[in-house]
Amino acid sequence: MTMKLLRSLTFLAVVSLAVCACAQDARPDSSAAMSLDTVPPAPITCLEARDYVDNSDAGDKIHITWSLSADDGGGMSDVASYQLWRSEGAEAGWDSLGVAAAGQTSYLDETAEPGVDYYYGVAAFDGVNYSEQTSFGPVAGRTNFFQKTRVSVLVLMLVFFGMVLVFTKLAERGADLFVRRIPGLNAIEEAVGRATEMGRPVLYVPGIGEIDNIMTIASLTILSHVAKITARYETPLIVPTARAVVMSAAEEVVKEAYAAVGKPDGYNPDNIRYLSDAQFAFAGAVNGIMLREKPAANLYMGAFWAESLLLAETGFEAGAIQVAGTAMVSQLPFFVTACDFTLMGEELYAASAYLSREPKLLGGLKGSDWMKVLSITIMATGVIIYLLNPDNAFVAWFSSQ
Amino acid sequence: MRREIPLAITFLIGIFMLVDFFVPHHVVSSSAEEMKQWGTIIIAASILLGVGNLIRVHFHKIRRRREGWGYSITTLAIMAIMFAFGGPWGTIEEGSAFNWMFLNMQVPLQSTMFSLLAFFIASAAYRAFRLRSAEASLLLIAAIIVMLGRVPLGQLMTRSWPEAVQLPNMTEVIMAYPNMAAFRGILMGAALGVMAMGLRIILGIERSYLGGEK
Repeated sequence: MTMKLLRSLTFLAVVSLAVCACAQDARPDSSAAMSLDTVPPAPITCLEARDYVDNSDAGDKIHITWSLSADDGGGMSDVASYQLWRSEGAEAGWDSLGVAAAGQTSYLDETAEPGVDYYYGVAAFDGVNYSEQTSFGPVAGRTNFFQKTRVSVLVLMLVFFGMVLVFTKLAERGADLFVRRIPGLNAIEEAVGRATEMGRPVLYVPGIGEIDNIMTIASLTILSHVAKITARYETPLIVPTARAVVMSAAEEVVKEAYAAVGKPDGYNPDNIRYLSDAQFAFAGAVNGIMLREKPAANLYMGAFWAESLLLAETGFEAGAIQVAGTAMVSQLPFFVTACDFTLMGEELYAASAYLSREPKLLGGLKGSDWMKVLSITIMATGVIIYLLNPDNAFVAWFSSQ
Repeated sequence: MRREIPLAITFLIGIFMLVDFFVPHHVVSSSAEEMKQWGTIIIAASILLGVGNLIRVHFHKIRRRREGWGYSITTLAIMAIMFAFGGPWGTIEEGSAFNWMFLNMQVPLQSTMFSLLAFFIASAAYRAFRLRSAEASLLLIAAIIVMLGRVPLGQLMTRSWPEAVQLPNMTEVIMAYPNMAAFRGILMGAALGVMAMGLRIILGIERSYLGGEK
């Protein structure tokens, strides 16, 4: 029995070895197959090289583009990469420039000498053979003085600036410019009046944006008007800030405003306070002021992030009349919910003109309104033209960045 | 001159930054970049002004024994402790006392403040979604659809309904069309407002941020 088993096992082993040996013989030699590939891939087409303009153009970049080889993703589908060469003359030798992966149709040469004429060559490579090289040239890198892709932005900006200046001139000459009523701005004086009646201070929060944020600048212009009102009513004005430069600017704005209405002694430097750069430490400190000093009017104007609702809800709970203004779209719902009045987006920037009623500033507002009409017209036209023909010059011109 | 010099600086820098947007020449862009770095350095250095203000305000409060002056002592004491440990032993080095206090005191306190937002959102949402008018009712319906459509429960509840009225799909429609239209409208208005304000500031028409119109 044991012998039978041993014989069977030996037979099985011999048969297995024989089968393995046959399989080994039958397997094609891969290196032999490699050496047998003598068919180069199809060459690339539509090779172009152009001076590349970026935001810091030193004339040292050339952008090379091509259409894929017919064997890249199709045909033999064996293209592994694209080899790029560069030459400094039609007769000069080619230097290797770099390699682009299969499927890639562009390469940025960042080592060009400005003003030097270059020729570029590109060939597809399948791991063994190079396709026929396609060449393009000459092309030279230049330092450019104008970003051509921004022509549309420049034209629209000039039209807009022109409108603002025309309406400003008209306003200076006494033209009657209608500006719609903005309830939030009308409410500011009402809120300060209420604080005066109650003998409590006014709290003005200029946001937590840095001084280079346009919303903070807009906020400081509103602060100037608010400070004049509080100075006239002799109501304390507390301005907590999250940025030291904003604090410094706010000090100057409030001091000047008090001086402008003839109440320089009413200015209290201790009411312009730097609290903290940290967002939630600032929010906590402002909430503390609301609960301890009980301002009757809270004005939030500027750039706000997640702290907006912490401030506005605490103010609501404290029973203060609240007016907010911001262009941070994500924070607007919180202010709308928790505040009595909210200035949305552009209304924040219009506040200075609206409150001062100065003709020159109102001209800017009218210019913005007419630019909005023009923008809506362009957008509507663009949509219609795009639906009729997506590849037209009008859409392409406005699509450039 | 006190007003003219800042206005002239504003005009020159403002025009230069506009030029930088349209002129890609590396001399212009590197100069603009340099200026932005100056701005960053000036802003960082200005923290001293803030510290000065903080000390002055709280010192006056303590001296005059104003309401809550005890908090001022705490503020100044904590600031002094952080200075004392941060100066000689470093601030961001792992294991330093300053870093330990920052990570184990300030960060949890800030996280606590941030967490309070959840409760504030609940109370604000309660007020916003009360059925008071047609608009508030619309807001309530949209909010219910969006809130349920964003969680698995909403998907589960409506998976046997026609595809168009399944809550996740209705949520997508609300977010992509009415919500996005309002969002972009506000954004575009704000962008034009920024440009108009920028022009007024560069040309010196708007000068109340300097503390007065004259």
